[in-house]
Amino acid sequence: MSAQSHGGYYLPAPSYWPILGSAALLGLTLGATLFIHQVAGGGWVLLAGFALLVWMLFGWFGQVIGESEQGLYNQQVDSGFRWSMGWFIFSEVMFFAAFFGALFYVRTLSVPDLTSANNALLWPGYTGGWPTQGPGIKEAFEPMGAWGIPAWNTLILLSSGVTVTWAHWGLKRGNRTQLIAGLIATVALGLLFLGLQAYEYHHAYTELGLTLGAGVYGATFFMLTGFHGLHVTLGTIMLITILGRSLAGHFTPERHFAFEAVSWYWHFVDVVWLGLFIFVYWL
Amino acid sequence: MQAHALEHEHGHGAPSGLMRWVTTTNHKDIGTLYLWFAAVMFLLAGSMAMAIRAELFQPGLQLVSPDFFNQLTTLHGLIMVFGVIMPAMTGFANWQVPLMIGAPDMAFPRMNNWSFWILPAAAILLVISLFLPGGAAAAGWTLYPPLFIQGGISYDLTIFAIHILGASSIMGSLNIITTILNMRAPGMTLMKMPLFVWTWLITAFLLIAVMPVLAGAVTMLLTDRNFDTHFFNAAGGGDPVLFQHVFWFFGHPEVYILILPAFGIVSQIIPTFARKPLFGYASMVYATASIAILSFLVWAHHMFTVGMPAVGQLYFMYATMLIAVPTGVKVFNWVATMWRGSLTFETPMLFAIAFVALFTIGGFTGLVLAMAPVDIQLHDTYYVVAHFHYVLVSGALFAIYAGVYYWLPKWTGHMYNETLGKWHFWLSMISFNVLFFPQHFLGLAGMPRRIPDYAVQFTEFNMISSIGGFVFGASQILMLIVVLQCIRGGRKAEAKPWEGAQGLEWTVPSPAPYHTFETPPVVK
Ligand code: HEM
Ligand SMILES: [Cu+2]
Repeated sequence: MSAQSHGGYYLPAPSYWPILGSAALLGLTLGATLFIHQVAGGGWVLLAGFALLVWMLFGWFGQVIGESEQGLYNQQVDSGFRWSMGWFIFSEVMFFAAFFGALFYVRTLSVPDLTSANNALLWPGYTGGWPTQGPGIKEAFEPMGAWGIPAWNTLILLSSGVTVTWAHWGLKRGNRTQLIAGLIATVALGLLFLGLQAYEYHHAYTELGLTLGAGVYGATFFMLTGFHGLHVTLGTIMLITILGRSLAGHFTPERHFAFEAVSWYWHFVDVVWLGLFIFVYWL
Repeated sequence: MQAHALEHEHGHGAPSGLMRWVTTTNHKDIGTLYLWFAAVMFLLAGSMAMAIRAELFQPGLQLVSPDFFNQLTTLHGLIMVFGVIMPAMTGFANWQVPLMIGAPDMAFPRMNNWSFWILPAAAILLVISLFLPGGAAAAGWTLYPPLFIQGGISYDLTIFAIHILGASSIMGSLNIITTILNMRAPGMTLMKMPLFVWTWLITAFLLIAVMPVLAGAVTMLLTDRNFDTHFFNAAGGGDPVLFQHVFWFFGHPEVYILILPAFGIVSQIIPTFARKPLFGYASMVYATASIAILSFLVWAHHMFTVGMPAVGQLYFMYATMLIAVPTGVKVFNWVATMWRGSLTFETPMLFAIAFVALFTIGGFTGLVLAMAPVDIQLHDTYYVVAHFHYVLVSGALFAIYAGVYYWLPKWTGHMYNETLGKWHFWLSMISFNVLFFPQHFLGLAGMPRRIPDYAVQFTEFNMISSIGGFVFGASQILMLIVVLQCIRGGRKAEAKPWEGAQGLEWTVPSPAPYHTFETPPVVK
């Protein structure tokens, strides 16, 4: 018997998952460094770190889900999850802010400055403008237009925000079919988005000459969209988990914070995309 | 209840020995781990400082190569900031926040364990980097490109170490912020919280806001180094100065992350030993919040020399000076708390008073540096080094010492050796000033920072500074002895060993039992 079953705040017993997670991060980062520098075995260390991380995530989240289903988490634990998910999303906002800040900075300050009289001697004939690969890179590229795939992707993500909300309504009304159908639709839209983005990247590299090396346009383009894509991938994995749990009969109309957390995250990813569409693709 | 709790610890096959520490979900254990980690890292980064001062004892190159010298200054800075001050402050938060707000533990005990245990992973990466071809990163703790882009494999390890340190800080802050917002005992309204809790609430907010920005900055370094991007390269339309903007958008709030918890500790200690409530509690809270908000708006005072439009310089100059106002409010309140109090001068109080005096000197030199025309002279000289050591060593570090002496009886159940504690204080206080005060003169005379060799006219002050440095370094061994002694034995501490102390943490026995406040106390 432990403190936890007195109806008080749930305090978990000692756990091996965190230390496995630390070993995983060490393997991942060390492995990635060795791999980048082409040291023999680096790839294997990276892979081992990744496998360990996946195992840890499965185990740890599995345990949390189990505890939640046993009803060990009281109201206070639940509101703790809400606070911390909110702050976590705020930290993600700031992460994106760093890259958006870089984009705004180069567009309004560094690129125009390179065309100024100060720099005329260093970079004669550079006319700036946007998009640009900068004064020193010779290979030309074509920028990504906004009104093809990106516009479709906007529509797709916005609709996925609707479907996940529809699923939530279903959950709250006790309509499990609506819940599951809504989640399946959301996951499908997420995957479709990712597929289209992969196609877009392929198109950029093979036909437009738009690569990571395409000056500061390429750098900001791939950093922002890539980071966002990573978040969509994570969000989709989270949605799939929630779908699995819904199929397994988890969640009640009153208590389902895991679902809400994932939908908060999904809406956040959605809003970031709007910023991307406007500032990276459109303007 | 008690029997249950015991059974919980010893039953359930809970690991013992080393595994107890590896798997622990207890806020007190984790607080202890953080504090010991900080202590070990302090010895590591401290020995680097000793090597730096030894090399600078005389002009010319004696002990280390210039490149290794730069590795030393880089690692010294990175480890002291991310491996010593921040973990030590988080250790305090772990131990004290639940005790001070009447919570049974931190909000997420397993994540708490993880936040701690990824720190050694980052430390391992940094230590490994010393032994790789080319040695450790040597571009300064500020990681500026283009220098940082040009280094070898260790630079990538450094980037990843910073990612891990950032993840640790973010998880730690999510835990602390949630604990404070969600787990206060009934009746403990926000404006009744001890000031240490308030400062950590605001610090956690700052960390959540700016650690991701640092992560973004180093990620761009990583891709510039390895994946052909041109964020910081003018040939591709980028700009090395962009890095400085992003870095200092993190960096200036970061210095307040280092100092706000120190403000909190000092605000607990001074009322105790003045036997008077803190003067101007509400204004302390508002001053802390204003400092936090202003800290987002002043970053380019680190960049007056990069070439900024005059309006920019003026704005950053005045905005920076504005921070002195809430800081002044705090200093005023500490002094007013002591005014006409019945003061006694136990070791924690000595460190707290030294904090007030010496931190204020650091604040004043900060104001001097905030003046753009002056800073153009002083930037990257020893004056800056003196400034930030006054705020970080006699500021943050002295507050940590004060806090350790203050709460050690609660943590160990024993009183520490007051005589040795006082020796530690006086030796540290005097040698600290011998070490850093002359650096103001060196900077004013034009000695640049991050240089292993210097012009002969700087010799005397450098010798004095180095001698102060060696004494300071040696004195810290005393502290280690005091702490170890205190853990192993000594006069038994009462639940409230300090007559004038206030707060929930003094209502539980010393040493604090493994589990406290399983049923929340009611605060009136
Ligand atoms: C009244 C408050 C303060 C003001 C006005 C101030 C102002 C400044 C200015 C203008 C600089 C840039 C100097 C230069 O590089 O030329 C500077 C550097 C620095 N300050 Fe402060 N400061 C203040 C408080 C603090 C505090 C509380 C801390 C830390 C606890 C701190 C830590 C630092 C550090 C680490 C640097 C050097 C960074 C580097 O270049 O490596 N300062 N300060
Ligand atoms: Cu600053």
